[in-house]
Amino acid sequence: MDGKAPGDTERKTSGSVVTYTVGLVFALALTGASFIVSQTNLLWTPGVPAGLAVLAIAQMGVHLVFFLHISTGPDNTNNVIALAFGVLIVTLIVVGSLWIMANLNASMVDPATIMQMQR
Amino acid sequence: MNAPSHGARLPGLGSTMARGAEGPAPVQIVVAYGFWIFLLSDIIMFSALFAAYAVLSGQTAGGPSGRELFELRHVGIETLCLLFSSYTCGLGLLAMERRHMSAFYGCFALTFVLGATFLGLELSEFVGMIARGAGPSRSAFLSAFFSLVGLHGAHVTVGLSWLIFMLAQTAAQGPRDYVRRRILCFSLFWHALDIVWVGLLSLVYLMGAR
Repeated sequence: MDGKAPGDTERKTSGSVVTYTVGLVFALALTGASFIVSQTNLLWTPGVPAGLAVLAIAQMGVHLVFFLHISTGPDNTNNVIALAFGVLIVTLIVVGSLWIMANLNASMVDPATIMQMQR
Repeated sequence: MNAPSHGARLPGLGSTMARGAEGPAPVQIVVAYGFWIFLLSDIIMFSALFAAYAVLSGQTAGGPSGRELFELRHVGIETLCLLFSSYTCGLGLLAMERRHMSAFYGCFALTFVLGATFLGLELSEFVGMIARGAGPSRSAFLSAFFSLVGLHGAHVTVGLSWLIFMLAQTAAQGPRDYVRRRILCFSLFWHALDIVWVGLLSLVYLMGAR
């Protein structure tokens, strides 16, 4: 008895110095691009929020793959399924809130009209 | 004690129960999975505050807007601190796996210094804003800003305390199995905080300062 639970063998995480360095370089490049896009007129102005969103989502992907080592390997199936569920819930909360609040805002009656109705 | 065989497949699940045939999954995989579920629930909590901020970001009630308050140079330094602390945290985890203990202590000490610098910069930003009369009670925009960015800052504070605890535990007990699993969980937590910061940087600061 060595006090170990069954299956308690040492496992290497799938990272290496190269993985982390590549991830860092990608993350720096995407962060730099975000700053440039937001501070210059390089992008068509109404498209800047969409551009920033794309860069942010790309950088989150880089962090997931290179830092958190989410991969398609067999040990990772459960992690990926949980991640997909998390992304679904986050999308529902953020998009749903924005949608509902924009709708409520649009159907708000103008305060001046209410004053007239009370007369 | 031999590993008990959990090989019996449930009817109808077939080969999707791949783990069943090989016995239980390694403890490290199970621990990392459980902690990953916690991190996702944490990110879902953040998403609610992100949604609140996105809805309220225009409601300045005549007070200062993001364009007047945010200093992008300041925010850029914060971003670099957090990104490099994530990198050194990953290198520290690798050093721990290879039992390079001095490299591990060096990397994690650097992670702590970078994280503490981030926190100091964020606190000085908060103090400066409150001194200008732009505290959380000024407008709905600022309430949402302080809850969202403040919650991230609180997570960083918890992470830094955890980091000190793990350094002390490693020094006292050596690189045992459970110590290494806790360090793995800490590194997952720290990387997840960096992911949340990417969202904060883009939505709050870069869009707000335009």
